[in-house]
Amino acid sequence: MAKPSVAVHKFSSCDGCQLAFLNAGEDLLRLAELVDIRHFLEAGLADETAEVDIAFVEGSISTEDELKRIRQVRENSRFVVTLGACATSGGLQALRNLDNSNEAWKQAIYAQPIFIQTLERADPVSEHIEVDFEIWGCPVNGAQVLAAVRQLLFGVSPLDQRDKVCMECKRQHAVCVMVSEGKPCLGPVTRTGCGAVCPRFGRDCYACFGPAENINPDALGHRLAGLGLPPSDIARRFLFINSNAPAFGDAGKKHYKRGFADD
Amino acid sequence: MTERSVSIHVPAMTRVEGEGSLRIRIENDRIEDLALDIFEPPRYFEKFLEGRRYHEVLDITARICGICPVAYQMSAAQALENAFGIDPGRWVRDMRRVFYCGEWLQSHALHVHLLAAPDFLGFDSVVGMAEEHPQAVRRGLRLQGLGNELIRLLGGRSVHPVGARVGGFFRAPTQAEVDAMLVKLRAALPQAEELVAWAAALPMPVDRQEFVNVALRHAKDYPLAEGRIVSDGGLDIPIEEVEQHFVEEHRPQSTALFATLHGKPYLVGPLARLNLNLDRLPASSHALLEQSHIRFPSDNMFHSLFARALEIHIAIVEAIRLLDGYQLPERTHVECEPHAGVGFGATEAPRGILWHRYEVDDEGIVRSARIVPPTSQNQARIEADLHRSLLNFGLDRPDEELRLRAETVIRNYDPCISCATHFLKLKTDRR
Repeated sequence: MAKPSVAVHKFSSCDGCQLAFLNAGEDLLRLAELVDIRHFLEAGLADETAEVDIAFVEGSISTEDELKRIRQVRENSRFVVTLGACATSGGLQALRNLDNSNEAWKQAIYAQPIFIQTLERADPVSEHIEVDFEIWGCPVNGAQVLAAVRQLLFGVSPLDQRDKVCMECKRQHAVCVMVSEGKPCLGPVTRTGCGAVCPRFGRDCYACFGPAENINPDALGHRLAGLGLPPSDIARRFLFINSNAPAFGDAGKKHYKRGFADD
Repeated sequence: MTERSVSIHVPAMTRVEGEGSLRIRIENDRIEDLALDIFEPPRYFEKFLEGRRYHEVLDITARICGICPVAYQMSAAQALENAFGIDPGRWVRDMRRVFYCGEWLQSHALHVHLLAAPDFLGFDSVVGMAEEHPQAVRRGLRLQGLGNELIRLLGGRSVHPVGARVGGFFRAPTQAEVDAMLVKLRAALPQAEELVAWAAALPMPVDRQEFVNVALRHAKDYPLAEGRIVSDGGLDIPIEEVEQHFVEEHRPQSTALFATLHGKPYLVGPLARLNLNLDRLPASSHALLEQSHIRFPSDNMFHSLFARALEIHIAIVEAIRLLDGYQLPERTHVECEPHAGVGFGATEAPRGILWHRYEVDDEGIVRSARIVPPTSQNQARIEADLHRSLLNFGLDRPDEELRLRAETVIRNYDPCISCATHFLKLKTDRR
């Protein structure tokens, strides 16, 4: 039987999620034995239009060209798996969607905005094509990604980790930073996968892994107000790395005024 | 020779960080058109930093680049502390240097082995190279892994670490964690020595050229997380004066900016750092350099790979020096009391000087941000180098050889296109 084929595609992103592969060390060489990596530009493999079994997609869709490319990826791939916050929710750059700022920001930054081709919004991949599996995280880590690859190679659906960071904190015996120190932690609404790294370092979770299952972000918003956060700061907490994820976007916008203004 | 028209177009560069393409047109032995086009989509970091609290900035700027997030956090922390007039003290300074050593180690090992070396050994990718050079590749992957571990010691994770804050760190590593790390660092030192010898023996083209080196320079240490900005052309300025000497320009077909110093291209990165800081090397790294046949300062751009290998050694030596005799601090950070002001930060990212400027208000909210990454500084230099390297190489060579040489020249700079794209503050004045 032929080895399963894999492609890694990059869209609007920081390249950090692809590092789940490039930082894998010996596992990277082992992966190259298990699968046929057809396209992965940063690793030196270029075959943009290759037909593959699994396509990993990093980055949000923010230009006309990316829109064409992602549709082509869908046509050429049996499974499309998003890799990280940008591909899954739109990522940090989706903050431009909040006030439709694309045109104004382009004019402010570039001397010759006419050369800059962008879409109005930075969107998650699932806004434009059907996605088979989503791996959340900013960044995703090697354990998540290699586990998904392994499960797909076994012919089963990857396990979706949707627990809250709070659960992970308990497992890790980390002291709750909200209860003990009154920090505005987003652990109660955030998906696990990071190993509760922020609370373990004594800081409040900033929700880089996106919304967990069955959450009540409005109740957490009230709690943050109770801790003394003004509405603009409650908005900043929800409208950050995953501002475009509906659960966070809806909760944040209840407190948001244009430009995170106070009144 | 017969008339020939060559058009080389590499629509998507491989083994670089981010998206760029290469375009060369040769007519009758003349280069008529040549460009490294950067078409990575803009993400507007400088705009959405506006309106955010100062303590959110490190988590935002890290996301500019997954390969050098520590650099973005360290330049930002320095700039905001500068704006608030804070000195975080000796322990924080030392640990930031250790943190940063981890990033140099990780990023340089990634570039040397996965991105650059396949060019010099005749492979398309590290996967093919690993079959014939398994020891070298495994050594590289181990050093890269060690760099990531060193970042995790202080940052919790290696990509977009969470441990750093304005004023210091959230958490101090325990003595046991530091001791375990020291064992690994000491075990890696012989591997780094082997790597330096291996890099010196790689078949490097000899391609001498004139260029201006620009790097940070510190009173006594090899430059990393602080210093003045110097050049071999006599520039020696505090980082606050960058805007008076360096200009960025927006060109068509690109989402990045081209920076120039007094109107001319210049080089930042490992080769420039080493060329300008030979008297700041740790003694054992200096001894390794003396043992190699390569003499510095060097005007052969291809010695960049060797400089990266030597900086891997420097990073390990420095991390050992700073962690040896580690003591838990009384406090891991100093508290900030925000007030309105402007602050500057500049550190040596793996790819060269990374300069930040922030204006904050009395509430500690960012009102404006400007970021100048290394790759936009090197871009004019890359194009100048490409032009003369190809002429030197011989335009009568077959297309495929020309294409490979051009790609090798570009990759030699370790361009980070993701970084270069996102900060483009435009000035239309030209000199």
